[in-house]
Amino acid sequence: MYSAIVFLPLVGALIAGFGGRVIGDRGAQIVTCGAMIVSSVLALVAFWEVAIGGRTFTVDVLTWIASGSFEANWALRWDTLTAVMVLVVTVVSTMVHVYSVGYMSHDASIPRFMAYLSIFTFAMLMLVTADNLVQLFFGWEGVGVASYLLIGFWFHKPSANAAAIKAFVVNRVGDFGFALGIFGCFMLFDTVSLDVIFAAAPEKAGTTLNFLGMQGDALTIIAILLFIGAMGKSAQLGLHTWLPDAMEGPTPVSALIHAATMVTAGVFLVARMSPLFEYAPIALQVVTIVGAATAFFAATVGMCQNDIKRVIAYSTCSQLGYMFFALGVSAYPAAIFHLMTHAFFKALLFLSAGSVIHALSDEQDMRNMGGIWKKIPFTYAMMWIGSLALAGVPLFAGFYSKDMILESAYGSHTGVGQFAFWMGIAAALMTAFYSWRLIIMTFHGTPRMSDEVLHHVHESPKVMLIPLAFLAAGAVLSGWAGYEWFVGEGMAEFWRESIKILPDNNSIAAAHHVPFWVKAAPLVVGVIGIGLAYLMYMFRPHLPGLLAARFRPIYLFLLNKWYFDELYDWLFVKRSWQVGVAFWQGGDRAIIDGFGPDGVSAVARNLAARAGRLQTGYVYHYAFSMLIGVVALVSWYLAFGG
Amino acid sequence: MNAVTSLPEMAPATAEIFLAVAGIALLMFGVFRGSNSLRTPGWLAVLAFLVAGILVVARTGTDDAFFGLFITDAFARFAKVLILLGSAFSIVLSFGYFERERKGRFEYPVLIVFATLGMLMMVSANDLIALYMGLEMQSLALYVLASIRRDSLRSTEAGLKYFVLGALSSGMLLYGCSLIYGFAGTTSFAGLASVFSAEGGTSVGLVVGLVFLICGLAFKISAVPFHMWTPDVYEGAPTPVTALFAVAPKVAALALFVRVLSGPFGDLLDSWQQILVFVSIASMVLGAFAAMVQTNIKRLMAYSSIGHMGYALVGLAAGNEAGITGVMIYLSSYIFMNIGTFAIILGMRRDGRLVENLSDLSGLSKSHPMMAFALMVFMFSMAGIPPLAGFFGKWYVFMAAVQAGLFGLAVVGVLASVVGAFYYLRIIKIMYFDEATQPLDARVGGDLRAIIFGSAVITLLFLIAISPIYDKAQQAAISLLGA
Repeated sequence: MYSAIVFLPLVGALIAGFGGRVIGDRGAQIVTCGAMIVSSVLALVAFWEVAIGGRTFTVDVLTWIASGSFEANWALRWDTLTAVMVLVVTVVSTMVHVYSVGYMSHDASIPRFMAYLSIFTFAMLMLVTADNLVQLFFGWEGVGVASYLLIGFWFHKPSANAAAIKAFVVNRVGDFGFALGIFGCFMLFDTVSLDVIFAAAPEKAGTTLNFLGMQGDALTIIAILLFIGAMGKSAQLGLHTWLPDAMEGPTPVSALIHAATMVTAGVFLVARMSPLFEYAPIALQVVTIVGAATAFFAATVGMCQNDIKRVIAYSTCSQLGYMFFALGVSAYPAAIFHLMTHAFFKALLFLSAGSVIHALSDEQDMRNMGGIWKKIPFTYAMMWIGSLALAGVPLFAGFYSKDMILESAYGSHTGVGQFAFWMGIAAALMTAFYSWRLIIMTFHGTPRMSDEVLHHVHESPKVMLIPLAFLAAGAVLSGWAGYEWFVGEGMAEFWRESIKILPDNNSIAAAHHVPFWVKAAPLVVGVIGIGLAYLMYMFRPHLPGLLAARFRPIYLFLLNKWYFDELYDWLFVKRSWQVGVAFWQGGDRAIIDGFGPDGVSAVARNLAARAGRLQTGYVYHYAFSMLIGVVALVSWYLAFGG
Repeated sequence: MNAVTSLPEMAPATAEIFLAVAGIALLMFGVFRGSNSLRTPGWLAVLAFLVAGILVVARTGTDDAFFGLFITDAFARFAKVLILLGSAFSIVLSFGYFERERKGRFEYPVLIVFATLGMLMMVSANDLIALYMGLEMQSLALYVLASIRRDSLRSTEAGLKYFVLGALSSGMLLYGCSLIYGFAGTTSFAGLASVFSAEGGTSVGLVVGLVFLICGLAFKISAVPFHMWTPDVYEGAPTPVTALFAVAPKVAALALFVRVLSGPFGDLLDSWQQILVFVSIASMVLGAFAAMVQTNIKRLMAYSSIGHMGYALVGLAAGNEAGITGVMIYLSSYIFMNIGTFAIILGMRRDGRLVENLSDLSGLSKSHPMMAFALMVFMFSMAGIPPLAGFFGKWYVFMAAVQAGLFGLAVVGVLASVVGAFYYLRIIKIMYFDEATQPLDARVGGDLRAIIFGSAVITLLFLIAISPIYDKAQQAAISLLGA
């Protein structure tokens, strides 16, 4: 059963991918969705047995690599952390699969799409069940490849190809750090097996490692390298640029990437490696700062975007920032808790946005929407639920997890914790603001689309709405249902060995004893944000334009995403382009071609022509050459031979 | 010294004596029959070569004759068989040509018989005088052959050029011989060898004489820088004569070269090795590069043969048993590739006239698929592509060079053969990929087809026969160097 959860999506992908022509569109949809539904039901059972029932074990599949002291097996490690992740991944992925049946119904290559989705899910499951770092890396890279294929699914669009390449390349940067981290682990622990590493981590604390000529604390270096990998996958500040562009993929892909199968990988990695990070306090501080900065940064950008999916994309980026600073203050359970609730409401938001886009004939710009809430009431309601959860309104899922994160940050009583707390509060204000900005611009006001489009506005088919209902249930219920287990009284028993928190770092315990204003602050700023959005976009619609004109530099700065793309373009793309051109023109064309094929053939042709011209046809020339030859050879002899 | 009692031993030279008599008889036959028919005297000459060949292979061991002027050994026998094969083939090749051109004359086979006799004498020479005599006998007959179409301007020009330059080279050779005689006091190879093996036997005069001798011989095998006559003579001479030039005299001259340098001058290896390395590299490189710009297939074959002589000299330059074995194997593969190629050139006719341009080969794969295939085999073989004959020749000489420590020479040789592969492959490309403007005549003579087929089969299946050929070549090398 435990193997089936992981491998069923792979089987579905293989059948749909290679047998797509035989079984047809409908067949591919049934096979992949069926595999996912079975897999998620089994995942629920596994969650019951492993997380609630308290079993921890490893399922060996087969030996993969055995070379010297290096050994890596295909093995599925099942503990609470894995069970939670597997549940989230399979359930969200199943919803996306079913939703895709409706959303992609007009596409020409449905089997390919379904196969990619399943492969994506399989890679993520491989990642979260990994028993060693190499297998984890396999899943990690599999996720990268699948995301590349899906973002560039509409390969006839140049922008989709560019976005796919960007996602892949930016992720490579992070992967490089991750790979170095794995090397470092093997160097330090002489193994890649997680169990062995975790057991040995305490005694290795304080050892040093030579990295780039500098001596440094070994665990800190490794932890930071691993975190760089996590930054790439989870789109943290600096390596986030690929995430908004990834919107070029079909909407279900965005939902999958943002909710379940890709960006959460980084969060999972740090949580999984918590026994290592706990002994690397500096690395934890770095994680906190980067996470808090990302949360703030992405929220500011989210306020000014006009593309409905981009707004949600930046909100993902921001929420990931929350998760990371939670990890940084050792509130790993809170981070995973938020990961789970976020998976539900973010998938809900994306799929609802997809439903809107579907209704508006593929329109994504919010400036061309408005006034359609009566025509698509179900989608409208779903969007409300998702936004309420995102903004952290009580009783909705986001409220429980986000408040816990902020309280933990405050409760950690460290400088970086305070920084993260205030950044988080500011981001919460903006989150509420841009969520309602999105709702109001999309659904209220006067319709701004063409009459033809308006005429066609229709509610999506049931196959798309039913997954929304399931996700909405998750977005409402997952918060209070999970609270006790994840971060409440039953926490220690629930997580057991899968997450390690040193007693000194237990910020979650501290979070239960923070002042009242800290608990109330997120809610207050959330309400303020919602009110601001109503004020600016519903009651005083001229205000945003006025503000944008008044604070034009700031507005442009935010609209252009802090100019990160331009900076990277100038700093890396242009430079590597120049290096490439230099190598191409100078190295390849001039040196290798010049002295190689082209040069040799030109010299040969030249020599041949000269040799041909030697032949004048005059006997005295011939006789002369003979005599010269004799004289030369005799002289040679007298000089060197003899 | 009584005239009767000192009648020289002549038995080892039976084949040569037979050939001399046969040549004279053939001359008589032709004169008294008075017809211009070529076929009868031609086949008779081929028969004479066959008998001479049997007489050659019938002997075993090493014997000398004519008071040590003449020697017969395994080496001479090997070379003689190749020479007789080459001469016989070139007579058969010429039938169709001369009949079509209506220029058949009985002197042609007779001259070839005498030239061949000279070649046999060359490879059996055991004295500088005998060497010169054989060489001149061969050369005089060849000068005449080159200009045998005396009504053709190009043929006579070719003959004249060959004669003038040949005379110059003979002069050098003779001058070298006289220097050697003057400083060593003997012309006998055995005597020279004993002089050089003695301590302090060499002198500047001797070495200069040796250089002149080498230059004279290099002319005969058209090695650079004594090659200049080759393209002009190859192009100008009638094609069957060119075919003969390309094969038999090359074998004879190279065999003589090997005998002289490794026999009497064997102890001077260090002195002549440098010259041979230079000549060999120059020949390989010039042969490869100059052939690239040729448009006439006969000129191309001239440069090709210059290159091939360079490769063969690699084996001689190595100066060891493996090297000489390699040279003999090289020559064995060389004659078949060349005879076959020239047979195809003789089959290239359009509207009854011979054509000689490379572009005339275009579309050959469609009009004459078998001929195109055979030419492809010959070209691949000349380029040294395994498992064809040419590959083994190159393989053994390069191996010998490596054994002798001449790494530079081997590397240059391999590189030159890469360049050379260009023009061989170009011919294949023209045959198979270029569109024919005007197809060649469909009919190719029966004797030509037989020769093309036979040479192609031998070139293709050389691999099977490589072991006995190697054994024979090794015996030849041993007979020359002593076990």
